[in-house]
Amino acid sequence: MLCMICKQNEAKVHLTQMVEGKIKKVDLCEECSKAKGVDDPTGFSLADLLLGLGASQEMAQATAGTDVRCPTCGFTQADFKKSGRLGCADCYSTFSEGLEGLLKTMHKGTHHVGKIPRAQQQGKDLDERLKSLQKRLEQAVAGENYEEAAKLRDQIKVLREGFSGVMAA
Amino acid sequence: MNLHQFLITPTALAQRTGPNDKIVLSSRVRLARNVRGVAFPGWAKKPDRVRTCEKLRAAVESLPQMEGAFAESMEALTALDKQVLVERHLISREHAAKSSGSGLVLSKDESLCVMINEEDHLRVQSLRPGLQLKEVWAAIDQADTALESKLDYAFSSTLGYLTACPTNLGTGIRVSAMLHLPALVLAEQINQIIQAVNKLGLAVRGFYGEGTEALGNVFQVSNQMTLGETEIEIVERLSKVVAQIIEHEENARGSLLEKKAKMVFNHVGRAYGILANAHSISSKETMNLLSLMRLGVELGMFPGAESSVVAELFVVTQPAHLQLGHTEKLSADERDILRADMVRERLRTVNRPVTPPETTGPALDKPTP
Repeated sequence: MLCMICKQNEAKVHLTQMVEGKIKKVDLCEECSKAKGVDDPTGFSLADLLLGLGASQEMAQATAGTDVRCPTCGFTQADFKKSGRLGCADCYSTFSEGLEGLLKTMHKGTHHVGKIPRAQQQGKDLDERLKSLQKRLEQAVAGENYEEAAKLRDQIKVLREGFSGVMAA
Repeated sequence: MNLHQFLITPTALAQRTGPNDKIVLSSRVRLARNVRGVAFPGWAKKPDRVRTCEKLRAAVESLPQMEGAFAESMEALTALDKQVLVERHLISREHAAKSSGSGLVLSKDESLCVMINEEDHLRVQSLRPGLQLKEVWAAIDQADTALESKLDYAFSSTLGYLTACPTNLGTGIRVSAMLHLPALVLAEQINQIIQAVNKLGLAVRGFYGEGTEALGNVFQVSNQMTLGETEIEIVERLSKVVAQIIEHEENARGSLLEKKAKMVFNHVGRAYGILANAHSISSKETMNLLSLMRLGVELGMFPGAESSVVAELFVVTQPAHLQLGHTEKLSADERDILRADMVRERLRTVNRPVTPPETTGPALDKPTP
């Protein structure tokens, strides 16, 4: 087995750590383990190494595709492999397939659940959906279709609550 | 504007207080933000970086929180300025390496600091003394909300705030607390604590952040994951973990005094002895010994001494701060001598440590056969 960092020397240091219930493994040669401070446990975190290293299986997967180039900024998967950084915001959709596995190992989930900028998409989307639901509700009431109206009313309520949560965040 | 006239003096800095500030030196929250339509700083062409930097700087400077702020291009700052900012933990070492096309905006009270075109277009950070992560989050949240009305943030409804590195994706938040844990180190319990914290998916780093050693028994605990959890959840989890570490450190102090008082007195006494008498001392040794002295002050071994004296020395004995008062470039050897002179001078008013009689008693009473 080769060292995950230099990919040249035989790996002699093998480490395993549980991070949020997931087992993560690192295999390193002696030089790289020293360079990364693995022999000094106070300065070492396996997760740091994994996240910063860009050499895990997921990273390999994320960078496996050939010749994909971001249409917006011209960034390639080879560039990502080299730097571990992306070129622009659109790279996330360009390379989305390969990134998914990587995000899964790095993070708690693959969906954003935190703060949302007020002015941006989400708010607009919700707003538009609310408006269309309200229109349908009015039509349902006008057509005396009360079963449908009740359903729509509930949907609007759920959406409104989500919306106010967003605004408060 | 001159950076050194702007910066808060080390004396004033050392006198700032906050909750639990014996153990928690500072609380910090950082947000990574990017704007649409421009490549991330590491990939953008220089003219784009310069243009973006100007635009972002104007937006940041217009925040009410930034009234009377220090704003400058990284190009206009000297290597020494940058190093001082690193030693104050106001910018990262990576940002210190930047030049034109990158910038810095620092609020008057130094509680809000924005790095422009570091790894992301914006790295907004808020900082306060002691343990007040929730307050720091509230402050930075407010600043970020004000900024988003002026800028078109790169945001996806599924992936959240889009960042140059996928490790910051989602909330773009890094919540961290700087902890002084000398007793856990002396009691050799620190590795257990670090491992336990790691298992919770949190990182423990050294004094200057990523990849640095724990100088002066100072450790930085921070979240690693940024996607799939809300900011509040992350802040609360970290607050809970930090509260537990505080408890462990306090327990370790108590039990060391109870069971290994001589060992503690020995370490503190030797630290004082060297600091008060050395004529040449490195930055690293100074920090490690000041840490022990700080512990001694907090354990009541230096009656009448202000803990801010030690805190201030912690700041001013760092290499760039030491260089500040001198026009000619000092060599490392010269700095070591100046540092020792300065420490000796400041400690002249601090009497040598006293050991509480009740704890020295039993050890001496031990009959010798």
